[in-house]
Amino acid sequence: MGLGLLLLLGVFLFPIWQITLEAAQFPGGLRLNIWINRFSGDEGGGDIIKNINILNHYIGMQYIEPDSIPELQYFPYVIWAMFGLGVVSMVIDRRWAYFTWSGIMIVLCLLGVYDFYLWLYDYGHNLDPMAPIKIEGMVYMPPLFGEKDLLNFYVKSYPRLGTILVAVSMVLSFVAGWFGKNKLV
Amino acid sequence: MMKAPFHVYSVLLLALAVSLTSCSQQNATTVLEGNAAELTYVAPGEYDEFYAFMSGGYSGQITAYGLPSGRLLKEIPVFSVYPENGYGFSEESKPMFNTSYGFVPWDDSHHIELSQTDGEFDGRWLFVNGNNTPRIARVDLTTFETVEILEIPDVAGLHCAPFITENSEYLVSGTRFSVPIPQADVPITSFKENFKGLINYVAVDQESGEMSLAFQIEMPGFNYDLARNGKGKSHGWSFLTTYNSEQAHTLLEVNASQKDKDLLAIIDWKKAEEYFKAGRGTERTTSYYHNQLDESSGIAASTEMTTTTILDPAELPDMVYFIPVPKSPHGCDIDPTGEYIVGNGKLSADMSIYSFDKLMATIEAKDFDGDINGIPILNYESGLHGILKKPGLGPLHTEFDGKGNAYTTFFISSEVVKWDVEKLEILDRQSTFYSPGHLTIPGGETKKPFGKYLVAMNKITKDRYLPTGPELAHSAQLFDITGDKMKLILDFPTKGEPHYAQAIPASMIQPNSKKFYAIEENTHPYASLGEGQAKVTREGNQVHVYMTAIRSHLAPDNIEGIQMGDEVYFHLTNLEQDWDVPHGFAVQGANNAELLVMPGQTKTLKWEPFRPGVFAFYCTDFCSALHQEMSGYVRVSPKGSDVELVWGLNDENKSAQTSR
Repeated sequence: MGLGLLLLLGVFLFPIWQITLEAAQFPGGLRLNIWINRFSGDEGGGDIIKNINILNHYIGMQYIEPDSIPELQYFPYVIWAMFGLGVVSMVIDRRWAYFTWSGIMIVLCLLGVYDFYLWLYDYGHNLDPMAPIKIEGMVYMPPLFGEKDLLNFYVKSYPRLGTILVAVSMVLSFVAGWFGKNKLV
Repeated sequence: MMKAPFHVYSVLLLALAVSLTSCSQQNATTVLEGNAAELTYVAPGEYDEFYAFMSGGYSGQITAYGLPSGRLLKEIPVFSVYPENGYGFSEESKPMFNTSYGFVPWDDSHHIELSQTDGEFDGRWLFVNGNNTPRIARVDLTTFETVEILEIPDVAGLHCAPFITENSEYLVSGTRFSVPIPQADVPITSFKENFKGLINYVAVDQESGEMSLAFQIEMPGFNYDLARNGKGKSHGWSFLTTYNSEQAHTLLEVNASQKDKDLLAIIDWKKAEEYFKAGRGTERTTSYYHNQLDESSGIAASTEMTTTTILDPAELPDMVYFIPVPKSPHGCDIDPTGEYIVGNGKLSADMSIYSFDKLMATIEAKDFDGDINGIPILNYESGLHGILKKPGLGPLHTEFDGKGNAYTTFFISSEVVKWDVEKLEILDRQSTFYSPGHLTIPGGETKKPFGKYLVAMNKITKDRYLPTGPELAHSAQLFDITGDKMKLILDFPTKGEPHYAQAIPASMIQPNSKKFYAIEENTHPYASLGEGQAKVTREGNQVHVYMTAIRSHLAPDNIEGIQMGDEVYFHLTNLEQDWDVPHGFAVQGANNAELLVMPGQTKTLKWEPFRPGVFAFYCTDFCSALHQEMSGYVRVSPKGSDVELVWGLNDENKSAQTSR
C-alpha cells in the first residue's frame, strides 16, 4: 500500500493525458500534455497553448486559458487528500479500509474522466458565430479516448504515465486489502 | 581518359587561358558514368550530409548549400543590404554597415573560415572577409545571422583574410593592396617609399566569439594574397603569400610579373603576441568601426575605435621571415599534419612544397639569403620539402583529404589534380568546367578532414547550363573523392561568385539551429510583448507604431492622424512562438524595403509619407490560411490637420486619452 501511495504522487511528475494533433505542416504533431495541475508541450516547441489557440481561433473555438480552469487548481488537493486517506488506511490496516480507499479512488477517477469529457464537449461545440471558418454541422470535440479526424488534423487522445500510475496504485491498494491481514473490523 | 602530356611551358601559356577551355569541353558529357545520380540524390524529406558555406564574392553575402545534393538552403546577408528581409534597411540592422567611410551597403566577400577548436571545426561561428571596404564579419551558426562586423583600418582590399588559427585565437588578415600608412595625399609614383602593407591579427573571444583588433604588423609594400596558420607542430606560425614584390603601382599584369620569385611571409605570431603584450608596439591613432548585434534586442550598435598597435619587424627581431616562392603565388595551404606548406606560384610551371621542420632548422641555423627592411630571407633550398614537377597550369588552391593526398585547382589548364604530399607524385587529374578558383573538401584545411567530397568553384560557366543572357551563374562541381580517381558527380549553379567555401558535417550544426526567439527574452525598447501593448505614440514629428503580428492580423490595423512631414516608425513584434511562422511587413511607397520578422523578434521600418491619402500595409510572408486578410490602413493627412491620432483593431479607436 505504501508503494501504491508513492505511485499516486507520480501524477505530479508525469502528465496524465495527451492530445496529439497531427497535420502535414506539423512534423511530429502538436502534442498537448495534460497534467494534474498544468499543460505542457514538447521541449523547445514553443508555447503549446498559444499555438493551439491560434489554430482554434479560425474555427471559433474558445481560447484555452489554464488560469480559468479551476480543476487545475483543486485537483492537486484532491490527490493530497487521497494520499492522506491512504496513510490513514495503512494505520487502520484493515481490508475494509483499503477497499474503501480504492472505492473512493474509482469514483473520483470516473468523475475526473466525466469532467474531462464535459470540457472537451464545451470546447468542441461552443463556437464563436463570428469564426472565419464555419463548416455546417461540424463540431470539433476531440476524442476522449482514441483517434479522430477533425478538419486537417488527425487527433489522438490517450492516457499517459500519470494515469497509469494512479491505476497501478489502486490495484496495489486492492492487493493490500486482499492479501493483507484478513480482518474485517 | 588521360590528357595529352604537357609541353611548351612558358609564360606565353597565359595567353592560352581563354582558349584552353575548349579542349576540355568535349569530355563534359562522357565524364559522368555509373551511379553519379545515386551518389548525389537526397530523397525528399531526407537531409544532406554536409553544410557547405560559400562566400558570395561580389554579392557580399554567404550562401549555405547542402552536400551532396547541391541544394541552396539559405543566402545569409552579410556585407550587402538585403531588401528581401530588410537587413540594412531596418532601423535595427543599419548600424551593421557603419564604417569610417560612413554607411557602406555593399562589399565583396571572399573567404569563409569556420571556427576551430584544436584544429578541428567546432560549428560555432563562421567568419568572412569583406574585400573592398576592409571588414570581417561573424555569423552565428545557431541563427545563421550576421552578428558582428569589424572594420580593419589602414588596409586596402582585405583579401588575405580572415584565416583562423587552430583554436580560433586569431583571424590573420593581410592587406592585398599596400597603401600609405597613415593615409596621405602623396603621388602614386611614390609607392616604394610611402606604401606599406599591414598584417592584422584579430583576436576572437573564446566564449562569445567577439572580435577585436589585437595588433598590426607593418610589412613592406607588397600585395599580401592568401594565408594559412600552422596546425599541430606548426601551431603558432602564420604563412602568407605575397605577389608584386616588384612593388609596381601600374599595369601590375606586366610589371608585377617580372621577378622569378616572390615571397612567402612566415610570422611567429606567438612571438608577435609576446611583443604586443610586453608593450613593444607603437600605438597609433586611426579610425575604424566595430558593429555588434545585441541578440536579445536584435539591435545592432556601432562603436568607433580610435587606436591600434603597430608592430615593426625591423625593430622586433625573430618575428617575421620571408622565403622565396616561384612567381606570383596565390594559395598557401598547409596539410593536416602541419608539416607541409604548399606555396604555389600561379605563373610557375612547378609547385614548391615547404617543410615546417626544415623551415625551423633554417631559421635556427640563420641560413639567410639577405633581408628586406630587416626581415631575413630564408634560403629557398633549405626550407624546401620538394618540388611537384609540372602538375598543371596556373595552380591556385590546395586542400587535403587526411589520407596523405592533396588536391590542387589549376585555373589555366582547368582541372583538379590529386597528388601525394609526401612523395610528390601526381595520382589523378580531372577536368573542371571551367577554370576553377578555390576548391573545398569538408574539413579539408583542418587537422581532421572528413574527405568524401570535393567542390570545385569554377570561374567560367559558358555552356554548362541553359543560357540566361550574357550574365551567367557561376558553376560549382562536386567530385566524389572516395576512390583512387576523382569522379565528377554533380554540377550546380551558385549565387554571386563564390571564392572560398568550407563544408562541415550537418550533425555539427543541425542540432543547435534555433527555431525561434523566445519572446520573454525580447528586450527591444519598442517591442509590444502582447497585443494589448500595441499602441501609437507621437513625439513631435516622430510617430512610433508599436505593432504586433500574430496569425492572421496586425494590431493596430487602422491608424489615423499621421501628417505629412511625419517620420513614422513601424515597430513590428512577431508574437508567434512556433517554428517557421515569420511575418512580414510592407507599406506602400516605403523608400527602403520590407521587414521580415521571425517569431519573438521586433523590427522597425521607417516610413515617410509621400502624399496625403489612405495607404495599405500588409504581411508579406504567406503565414496562414488568412494571410491575405492580414493587412491594414494608415491615413495620412496634410500637415497641421486636426485629425486625431487614433488606432485600433476591429474598430477599437484607441487614442492617447483612451489608452492611458
